[in-house]
Amino acid sequence: MPHETTQKRPMLELRGLTVSFGGLTAVDKLDFQVGEKEIVSLIGPNGAGKTTVINLITGVTRPSSGDILLAGESIVGLAPHKITQRGIARTFQSLRLFLNMTVKENVMAAQYGHTRATIVEQMLQLPRARREQRQIDAFAEEKLAFFGERLMGYRWNQPAYSLSYANRRRLEIARATATRPRVLLLDEPAAGMNPVETHEIAELIGKLRDEGGYTILLIEHDMHVVESISDRVVALDHGTKIAEGTFEQVATDPRVVEAYLGTKATTTK
Amino acid sequence: MDSDPKTPTPPAEPATTSPRIGVDEWVKRSDERTAGPRGLFGATSRLINGVPQVVWLVGFLAFACVLPFVTSNGYVIGVDADTLLYVLLALGLNVAVGWAGLLDLGYIAYYGFAAYLFAELSSGHYGLHWPTWQSVAVVIAATILLGFVLALPSRRLSGDYLAIVTLFFLQIFNNFTAQGQAWDWLGFGAPHDITGGPTGITNVDPFRTPHVHVWFIRIKAHVLDNAPTDYVWIAAAGIAVIAVLLGFVNRSRTGRAWRALREDSLAAEAMGMPVKWLMMLAVAVGAGVAGFAGTVNAAYYQGVFPSAFTFPLLITLYAMVILGGAGSLGGVIFGAVVVNVLLEVLRTPYQARWVFYAIILVGLAVKLRPWRALIAVFGGLLALGVAAHEIASAISPRLVAGPIAEGPTSYSTHGFFATLLRHWMILPAHTYTGGDYKAGNYAFVATIVLVLALTLVKGWKRWVLLVPTIYVAAFAWETDLINQAPTVRPLLLGVILIVLMAARPAGLFGQHRVEVV
Repeated sequence: MPHETTQKRPMLELRGLTVSFGGLTAVDKLDFQVGEKEIVSLIGPNGAGKTTVINLITGVTRPSSGDILLAGESIVGLAPHKITQRGIARTFQSLRLFLNMTVKENVMAAQYGHTRATIVEQMLQLPRARREQRQIDAFAEEKLAFFGERLMGYRWNQPAYSLSYANRRRLEIARATATRPRVLLLDEPAAGMNPVETHEIAELIGKLRDEGGYTILLIEHDMHVVESISDRVVALDHGTKIAEGTFEQVATDPRVVEAYLGTKATTTK
Repeated sequence: MDSDPKTPTPPAEPATTSPRIGVDEWVKRSDERTAGPRGLFGATSRLINGVPQVVWLVGFLAFACVLPFVTSNGYVIGVDADTLLYVLLALGLNVAVGWAGLLDLGYIAYYGFAAYLFAELSSGHYGLHWPTWQSVAVVIAATILLGFVLALPSRRLSGDYLAIVTLFFLQIFNNFTAQGQAWDWLGFGAPHDITGGPTGITNVDPFRTPHVHVWFIRIKAHVLDNAPTDYVWIAAAGIAVIAVLLGFVNRSRTGRAWRALREDSLAAEAMGMPVKWLMMLAVAVGAGVAGFAGTVNAAYYQGVFPSAFTFPLLITLYAMVILGGAGSLGGVIFGAVVVNVLLEVLRTPYQARWVFYAIILVGLAVKLRPWRALIAVFGGLLALGVAAHEIASAISPRLVAGPIAEGPTSYSTHGFFATLLRHWMILPAHTYTGGDYKAGNYAFVATIVLVLALTLVKGWKRWVLLVPTIYVAAFAWETDLINQAPTVRPLLLGVILIVLMAARPAGLFGQHRVEVV
């Protein structure tokens, strides 16, 4: 239940997070928490600053002020790959797969951060390099198998560009999970998908939390997805938080309605 | 289900309708593509791919090593050794360029640095005659370090910026070596001869194997001064070791990470890969290979010269890597062999002629479809040539009385090919003797104009225009270009690369790459 999950220890915490680009304040004193194994959706109209929040968390953009805590430790100022190694992985709104590598290689490459064999060990194929290679291989297959028959079998050795759009989104998620994250940041995972695929993705996200044990921060425009899987919803507009709570609370919040529709409409809901 | 995202299947359709998992349009097309091209080309590529790469490598190295026994022709053995050196260099360049996707134009500087450092450590320049194994180890370590140091300021750069900055390093290195005979330590000290200046450092020691005495095994020290044969073996051994080491890296975590950063460095960083470190590592590993090649170069020629490490060499190396297929170990080895042998062949006009006509024939055979068009173009070429020859000889016999360009007499003035040329091509007399190159020059310009016109017309007109274009090009070749090897070599290499780019953009053995889908 939503009110229970908020009581859990926050896995990810944003405190007064602010960033401005020139004169534009893209994110303004944003506070929210994501509890362990919680699914929080970040919604808001286009340009509200949702992707900027993800860029801030993953270290691509540095905040002007404020703090980001992962399980109580600040991660502000760390290089993006360090943040990923600490346990935050993301997917991209505009897919950014390693297109000319095979499906399996995409997932194998993402395990770089938790393998240690030096280049000399790899050149000479010393025991640690070979052991890690076997582990990488097995782990990649395990992560891909999570997606069932969609990414199964002989597709693994196809180049990633050969996948359909929906499968590329699945592969992005598989690749993100291969970094062994605690927190998954999913940037519009259902964008561009048909209704059947959208339904599948929503189920998958629930399964990621329940079976994978990931804490999930989700950006999504599809309100069916948001409604069906979110424990809590945070609504953004112009970089500020305008509402937070359960989906019903947020969806009926007059400021959210105003942000989406542009007028103060009276809703019957 | 996984069909084109633009036409989503209606939600009402149950998910079980797909007959087999994953059989969508794309997969079907992919299967057809992996089934391979048909015909002669397909058969060849299947043959090449059917044999493991290691077997090809062993075969190639065995051939290169046996060559000095088969022939006593010093020139051939010299080309053999040079080719192997190029293979070494191409292997190293492939790490940064092919795998990590970094446009590193400073690569030759590592090669030159290593050669110079070896020369300083093992020659009379400073009176240091270090044992070979010691110099080579120090030089390779120093070159790897130099790779890291030079990559340090450029680790934030990519693409064009990296290319310019690394090119700048190469230029600094060239200036330094060419003027290093009186270096004044940037004004801090007395002038000092470091690099020998324009004449370089001579009398560099050849490689010496150490005296081995383990228990009862005793191998005497041996000086490898039988250049080039000894250096064929050294380079071949180096290639074998380096290709295996790099092959292992390519399949391991670092190799994957390099490819990932080539594909999308932002995504690679987001997936936990330290992109900047990986870039530096790629440059440094490549530099290490160039370091070994540099020591072999210095010992082989027993001297180092500033002109040996300049921009043309870099271009040749890039041509090798691109032609063979950047990113493919076997490809870049093949590319190095093809380009170097080709450049050697182009030195003599008689051999260059074969290359010229072979390029035209192969280009036509590969690109011209359907077969009717191919036959028509060939027929047209033959007819045009014979007609032009007849008309020219009717106007003035002098127009066809010229000799066929120099070369071994037995081949150039007799033989089937020469006879054919004699009846096909207009060969004005005194073309070479009198220094009258005008006709050839006009033909060269006309060729360029015709090629440009070719790009403008479409359909059957293009095939029609192709015939005079090839004829005029052949005329320019026979009357002028064939005797200008220094100009023609890069020109033909450029033409080959252009043709290749049209036919196989990823290089001969490169993996077909998709940029954005």
